[in-house]
Amino acid sequence: MDLAHSPADEAFRAEARAWLRAHVPARPLPSLETAEGFAAHRAWEAELAAGGWSAVNWPERYGGRDCGLTRWLLFEEEYWAAGAPGRVGQNGVSLLAPTLFEHGTEEQRSRVLPPMAAGEVVWAQAWSEPEAGSDLASLRARAVRADGGWRLSGQKAWSSRAAFADRAFGLFRTDPGADAPHRGLGYFMFDLRAPGVTVRPVGRLDGKPAFAELFLDGVFVPDEDVIGRPGEGWRIAMSTAADERGLTLRSPGRFLASAARLHALWQDRGGPPEAADRVADALIGARAYQLFTWAAASRVLAGERLGPESSLNKVFWSEYDIALHETALDLLGEDGETGDTPWAEGYVFALAGPIYAGANEIQRDIVAERLLGLPKGRRT
Amino acid sequence: MRFLLDAEQRAFARSLDAMLGAAGTTAAVRDWSRGDRARGWALWSRIAEAGVFALAVPEKYEGLGPRPVDLVVAFVELGRHAVPGPLAETVAAAALLSGPGPAERFLAGLASGRSAATVAREGRYALDGDAVTLRLALTADGLRLAPGHGPVRPSLDPARRLTRLSPGGELLDAAPAVDRALRWARLATAAQALGVGLALLERTVAHVHRRVQFGAPIGSFQAVKHRLADVKIALEFARPLVLGAAVTMTAADVAAAKASAGEAAYASARAALQLHGALGYTAEYDLSLWLTKAAALRTAWGTPGECRAEVLRAHGQVH
Repeated sequence: MDLAHSPADEAFRAEARAWLRAHVPARPLPSLETAEGFAAHRAWEAELAAGGWSAVNWPERYGGRDCGLTRWLLFEEEYWAAGAPGRVGQNGVSLLAPTLFEHGTEEQRSRVLPPMAAGEVVWAQAWSEPEAGSDLASLRARAVRADGGWRLSGQKAWSSRAAFADRAFGLFRTDPGADAPHRGLGYFMFDLRAPGVTVRPVGRLDGKPAFAELFLDGVFVPDEDVIGRPGEGWRIAMSTAADERGLTLRSPGRFLASAARLHALWQDRGGPPEAADRVADALIGARAYQLFTWAAASRVLAGERLGPESSLNKVFWSEYDIALHETALDLLGEDGETGDTPWAEGYVFALAGPIYAGANEIQRDIVAERLLGLPKGRRT
Repeated sequence: MRFLLDAEQRAFARSLDAMLGAAGTTAAVRDWSRGDRARGWALWSRIAEAGVFALAVPEKYEGLGPRPVDLVVAFVELGRHAVPGPLAETVAAAALLSGPGPAERFLAGLASGRSAATVAREGRYALDGDAVTLRLALTADGLRLAPGHGPVRPSLDPARRLTRLSPGGELLDAAPAVDRALRWARLATAAQALGVGLALLERTVAHVHRRVQFGAPIGSFQAVKHRLADVKIALEFARPLVLGAAVTMTAADVAAAKASAGEAAYASARAALQLHGALGYTAEYDLSLWLTKAAALRTAWGTPGECRAEVLRAHGQVH
C-alpha cells in the first residue's frame, strides 16, 4: 500500500506544472456555453495540443504522450490546480476516444483522433432522445441501409455542446425487428453540418445554449463512420458509459481544486462557523474521491477492469459537486445570486450531474442489484 | 503508487474474519456487557496471538510495528465482529509508551495480550477502566499511571463501560506524545467503525432478501434499494480515507477518516434499524450489538465536529 509517486512520475508532474504556469490564461475565458467562449476554448485546446498536453494518456501517434493512467491523474491535478479552462473537447476525449481505442478501426483512430486532440473538430454526444434518457434501449432514431453507408433519421435531444460542435456520435436503430430492443442499435459518427441535419440550440437553466436538439432527415453516413458492427451499438455504448461514469469523466483533480478554492473563499469571508462543517466536508470529500480513484487506478494498472463499481463514483461526485457549489453560493450570499460568478456557472453545471451519464436513480439500482445483490425490481 | 492491499494483508483479514466468526464473539459481547469478561479476555488473547496489538508496538519492544495499514486491516475485522473491550485504547497506549523511559516495561505485555490498557485524556472518560490492569491518564503534568477509577457509567453501547480515572499515580512521562497517541486511537476507531458499518450493511442486505411484505421481498423495493445503495457509497468512500490515513498518518487525514467512517457507519446503523423494523429495535436481536456500537464510536476519540475542525485547521496551515 503506497501513495508515493515514482521520481519519474513526479518529474512529469513538475513538467506539467511548469508548462501550465507559463500558458494558462491569466484571466478566465468567457463561458464555454457561449459562441465567443466556445471559440476561446477551442483556441485553448489548440494551444494545449501544440504543447502536447491535450490528451496525455493517448498514444503519441494520435497526438498524446502515451503516459498512462497515473500520469493522466497527476496531469489533471495540476491542470485544475492551475485554474486552467474547462475542456471543450471533453465529450470526444473522454467518451468517443475510449470507444475508438476499444472498438474502432485503425483507420478511424488515425482519422478522427488527431484533429480531436487539436480542438479542430469538437464532438457532441447524440445519445438521448425525447422519449429515451437513461433508458437508452428505447431509442427510436433510425439508420437505414443505403449505398455505401447509412441514412440517419429522427430526433436527438440534450446533446451537450452540439450548439457549437462540429460532429456528433450516437446510437441509431439499425434493426427494428431485433429480438430485444437493446440489440439492433448501431453506433455512428456524423457531421453536424451535413445536409439533412438541423441543430436547434436549447438554453439550459441559466439560458446559455449548452446543448441542443438535433433533427436528422436522411443524413448520409458512410460505412467508415460506423463504429463496430451495426447491431452492436448498445454493447459498445455501455462500455463507453462505464468509462464515463468511472475514471475518465471527472478526475479528482477538479474537485481537489474546487475544494481548495471553497476553503479559500470561506477564509476570505472570515471563516463563518455556520459553514465550517460543510467546508470541511468538501475537503474530506475531495480527498475521499482522490483516494478512491487511486485505488481504482491501482486495480486497473494491476490488470482488472472496472465494472458496476463505477456507479459508486457517479453518484458520489455528482452529489458532491452540487453540495460544494451550494456551500459556495451560501458563503457568497447576494454576490452568489448575481449569477455571473464562476461559482454560479459551476453551480448550474453541477446541477446536471445527477441527471446525465445515467441518472443517479439508475446508478443506485445498479449499486443495489449488482454490488449488493438485491433482487431486481420492476422499473416500469 | 500502488494503493491496494497486498495478498498478505488480504489473507490476514480473511484469517481474522474466520477466527472471529468461529469464536462465539456475540456471546462474549453479551457477557462483557454484564461485567463477565472471561470469554472476552479469551477472545482478546486470540486476537493478540494473531498479532493485532503487536502491530502497534515497535519491534524492539517485542512488537511487529508500527504498521498502521495492517492495524487498519485488523480493526475493520474487529469492528465487523463487534469485538468488545478497550481496543483502540490499547493501541493508543502503545503509541504513548513507545518512547524511551520507564514506560517501556509495559509494551511487551500489550503486544502479547497479557495486559490491556485504557487511556483517558484529561476530563474525558476511560473505556473499560474497571477491567484493565493498565490505566493511563493524560494530565496537565504528563502521562500518569492512574491508581484506580471512579464509578462505572453505562454507554449507549452496553458493551462499552465508561469511568473516570483516579488522580495521582506514578508519573510515567512528563512530555508524552499526545498527538501521536490521538492519531493512532482515531485511526483504529475509524477502522473499527468502518467494520461496524460494513457488518450492519451485510446483515441488512441479508434481511431484506428474507423479509417479505406486500407479497415481495422488501429488498426488491426501490426505496429500500436506494437507501442501501447510499450506505454502500458512503462506506466505500470512507474505506480509502481510512487506508490513506494509515499510509500518511497526518492529523488531517486521520481526522477525515474518523469523521467519514463514523458518519458512514452511523448512516449504516440508521438504515439497518429502519429496514429491520421493530425486530431491529430490540436488545435480544444481535443487530443491536452493532447498532449501539456505531452510535458510540461516532463520538469516541473525536466527534464528527471535532474531526472536521481538525481538517480545517490542518488545511489552513498547508495553504
